[in-house]
Amino acid sequence: MSGLEAFLHMGGYGAYVWSSYGLAAVVLIVNVVLPRRAERATLRRLARREALGESHDTTS
Amino acid sequence: MNFAFLHKYAALMHCYRLSRALTPWLAGASVLLFAWGLVGGLLLAPADYQQGDSFRIMYVHVPAAWMSMFVYMAMAVAGGVALIWKLKIAEIVSRACAPLGASFTFLALVTGSIWGKPMWGTWWVWDARLTSELILLFLYLGVIALHGALDDRRAGARAGAVLALIGVVNIPIIHYSVEWWSTLHQGSTVTKFAKPSIHIDMLIPLLVMISAFQCYFAWTLLVRMRSEILAYDRNASWVRELSREHGA
Repeated sequence: MSGLEAFLHMGGYGAYVWSSYGLAAVVLIVNVVLPRRAERATLRRLARREALGESHDTTS
Repeated sequence: MNFAFLHKYAALMHCYRLSRALTPWLAGASVLLFAWGLVGGLLLAPADYQQGDSFRIMYVHVPAAWMSMFVYMAMAVAGGVALIWKLKIAEIVSRACAPLGASFTFLALVTGSIWGKPMWGTWWVWDARLTSELILLFLYLGVIALHGALDDRRAGARAGAVLALIGVVNIPIIHYSVEWWSTLHQGSTVTKFAKPSIHIDMLIPLLVMISAFQCYFAWTLLVRMRSEILAYDRNASWVRELSREHGA
């Protein structure tokens, strides 16, 4: 078995190890992407309000 | 004692700008720490003499589990401050903690389950450690639901803070569950008072991964706080100015 194959095989536990690390990567990345999108969406919504010339935003 | 001076430092505009200034550094530090921890945990650490390579799941499972409790305490303390001193910034911290803590708890539960299958022969047992961690996830989901349940976000933050404070009872139960009840879950590997029961080559990547998760939490907490700050201060002149620049 080559070095890379052995690394991916993880002594027979490859499926368990890599699914754990993969899931962790997904959860950590989602928690960066979604809040940044939310901030941009909030700014866009507030920019639209400014463009419409509304004086007060009552939505929360 | 007069806490009015705190309002000056709690001014949301300054917090927003501070978040903008700090997040690139925290992001960079997180990426470096994760890279170091992953190389150490997946390549450099030797396989465990009992668990083989499956023990490497520890490097995501233990930091996630540790953060699930740490973030809960941060959320509860911020919630307590919000209830007592009515500080908006404390409400915002408490609100921003909840989805992050829930994510760490979810990660701890699922990676624990994936680790449990080859080691214990089962995905799940209803023992004290696993059950109390599952209750922690439900507490987080309850707090998130309360945050969104009321039209007034300040009232929602206070409602969430009350549940967060009640749920603090669960934290020592999770921590001591492996000592109080007989359980499949192994005891602590690293404690403050005793020599860790782990080889130094395995321990260093674990400590690096824990710092990486801490740094990542600080980073994403600050990012999450920004949209909360904008929503809280949406009628303040600085937010209106910022949104005009954004729309232009």
